[in-house]
Amino acid sequence: MTEAQPLLAVRGVKTYYGKIIALKGVDIDVRAGEIVTMIGANGAGKSTLMMTIFGNPQAREGTITYEGRDITKMPSHLIARLGIAQSPEGRRIFPRMTVYENLQMGAAVRDLAHFDEDLEKICVLFPRIKERLQQRGGTLSGGEQQMVAIARALMARPKLLLLDEPSLGLAPLIVKQIFEAIRELNKTEGLTVFLVEQNAFHALKLAHRGYVMVNGVITMSGTGQELLANPQVRAAYLEGGRH
Amino acid sequence: MATTISTPAAPPRDIKAALKEAGFAALVTFGLCIPIIAWGTRQNMENVLVLDQRWEAVAWAVAIVFVGRLLVVLRQQGKAERKSLVRFLPHGTFAFFQRHSGFFSALGLGFLITFPLIAIMLTGWGGALKWIDNFGVQILIYVMLGWGLNIVVGLAGLLDLGYVAFYAVGAYSYALLAKNFGLSFWLLLPLSGILAAFWGMLLGFPVLRLRGDYLAIVTLAFGEIIRLVLINWVDFSNGYAGISGIPRPSFFGIPFNASDEGFAAVFGLEFSPLYRTIFLYYLILALALLTAFVSLRLRRLPVGRAWEALREDEIACRSLGINTTNTKLTAFSIGAMFGGFAGAFFSARQGFISPESFVFMESAMVLAIVVLGGMGSLWGCAIAATAMIGGTELLRELDWLKAIFGNDFDPTKYRMLIFGLAMVVIMIWKPRGLISTREPTAFLKEKKAISSDMVQEGHG
Repeated sequence: MTEAQPLLAVRGVKTYYGKIIALKGVDIDVRAGEIVTMIGANGAGKSTLMMTIFGNPQAREGTITYEGRDITKMPSHLIARLGIAQSPEGRRIFPRMTVYENLQMGAAVRDLAHFDEDLEKICVLFPRIKERLQQRGGTLSGGEQQMVAIARALMARPKLLLLDEPSLGLAPLIVKQIFEAIRELNKTEGLTVFLVEQNAFHALKLAHRGYVMVNGVITMSGTGQELLANPQVRAAYLEGGRH
Repeated sequence: MATTISTPAAPPRDIKAALKEAGFAALVTFGLCIPIIAWGTRQNMENVLVLDQRWEAVAWAVAIVFVGRLLVVLRQQGKAERKSLVRFLPHGTFAFFQRHSGFFSALGLGFLITFPLIAIMLTGWGGALKWIDNFGVQILIYVMLGWGLNIVVGLAGLLDLGYVAFYAVGAYSYALLAKNFGLSFWLLLPLSGILAAFWGMLLGFPVLRLRGDYLAIVTLAFGEIIRLVLINWVDFSNGYAGISGIPRPSFFGIPFNASDEGFAAVFGLEFSPLYRTIFLYYLILALALLTAFVSLRLRRLPVGRAWEALREDEIACRSLGINTTNTKLTAFSIGAMFGGFAGAFFSARQGFISPESFVFMESAMVLAIVVLGGMGSLWGCAIAATAMIGGTELLRELDWLKAIFGNDFDPTKYRMLIFGLAMVVIMIWKPRGLISTREPTAFLKEKKAISSDMVQEGHG
């Protein structure tokens, strides 16, 4: 790890839903080339953080900088143009569009010049997608939909990929495949990944570094291995929950 | 293969249960009919209220519901055995039409272009006027409105209950500018569209954050506001009295009248009001086709794809970096623009407009056309518009029914009843509209290779 400026820096971010505070001052660093995960229970504010980074909702206090630029008050569609892509919670595939069209929508922020080339890469990474290209998104299985959701985000050629609970509701074998693909992307393409997960065991094993969020604040941070070995983390997120 | 699939033992058809359910439905109908149909009140010559007994109408209603419910129940029971007892159309009819949609589009277009000639040939010069005007032009106006609203509701998924507002803006723009400033139809047609698009944008801004029911309510209110302003701002719009004597469109400068400079005289023809009607017919046909062409093209462009993505999932759109604000505003304004075109045409055709023409019922009608047709389908809209508008016009032609039901029978009175019935039937039979499958707008280049792969694996 270099000591240079991180790719994404979140400083003292507070996010509200109306009067209710969801994030109570969060600090996070994601350096280029890292996989960083954030684990936490339901309702801890993990997804809110991810959405706040993407500008919807916007942080009321604090700053978010990406490549040295302040993106705190930037609208989502401009953030997407800077090279941040998001695979939202619950997959959110366009159900009546074909997989091919879904992937095209992923490239909406760019011109389609490299589309075919990128599609090739995706098909190598997720061979299942290749079989399903002409099928409607809504007819895919959960695992396939998750793969399409990640692939769709990748079509924008992001530098930073935000993944919100990619393992949600999936069979352990599929989760393994998906996490394997994320590791592969990080290793070969140098893609920086920020991953929000409830599936703490897999996420921490995959990640270089991790954060633990409880009730809108970061309570712990460290390398993936450190957190995996931490007795508190084990007690709260791992024991009995190992998949 | 059929031989390899073991079919589970089909449950015996339960006639008794079906009869029971049909009987129950008939009972409910009977209960509802007593206050609504059984007793009619009217005033007689001495201004005394008289109670009319109409038990035979009640009997008809109950019988219709009983038989209808019985058929539906039997059909549903048949469905469990993978075959239906009552099928309205042979299996695969829609798939057949969809496979040959290119052919049928050409056929339909050919029919529309030759329609005035066919009408003249079949009914003569006198009779053709009614057919071209009441059926041709009237239906095409609604087809065009349906296709315009289809951009907003069908493609972008924004439920708009006030579409008639843009129709009104277009109509009044043409009427006022043509009457007060004497501008020509060909200049005002695009201008009316632009003004309507501008109002579409104005409506778009406040409703950007709304979806579904809330959006529907605000658009409904917007439609009413436009109408109420037209009624109450008398200096501007002449209120309830409306605007009359609106200049008619000319044939590129040649008016349609009996004078020496008129269309008939210039082209050496005998004067007939039919020429104007035929001209209007082709004009609205061209406008409707323009609407269809533009919405087909837009679907393949990024903005059209963004509309469809927005209809599917707004949050996903945001996370993909699509500017949802612009996407919604373009949908509203382009949809409104076509409404404005149609409005300008309407006022030019009628020569008289008043707020009466722009009531909520019109919005509901156009929306029903879009929804019944299957949201997003141009063919569906065209079929639904033809059935609904053509159907209500056809009711005027059913004078022979008087022979059966007696001389007081007026089929046009049953317009709304049939309209409602048709909606209920379609929503039961095809809940997503007549044509509910969506054609993909983008294909892989090596389409054939992929599809044969899928067949091999049993997905094709």
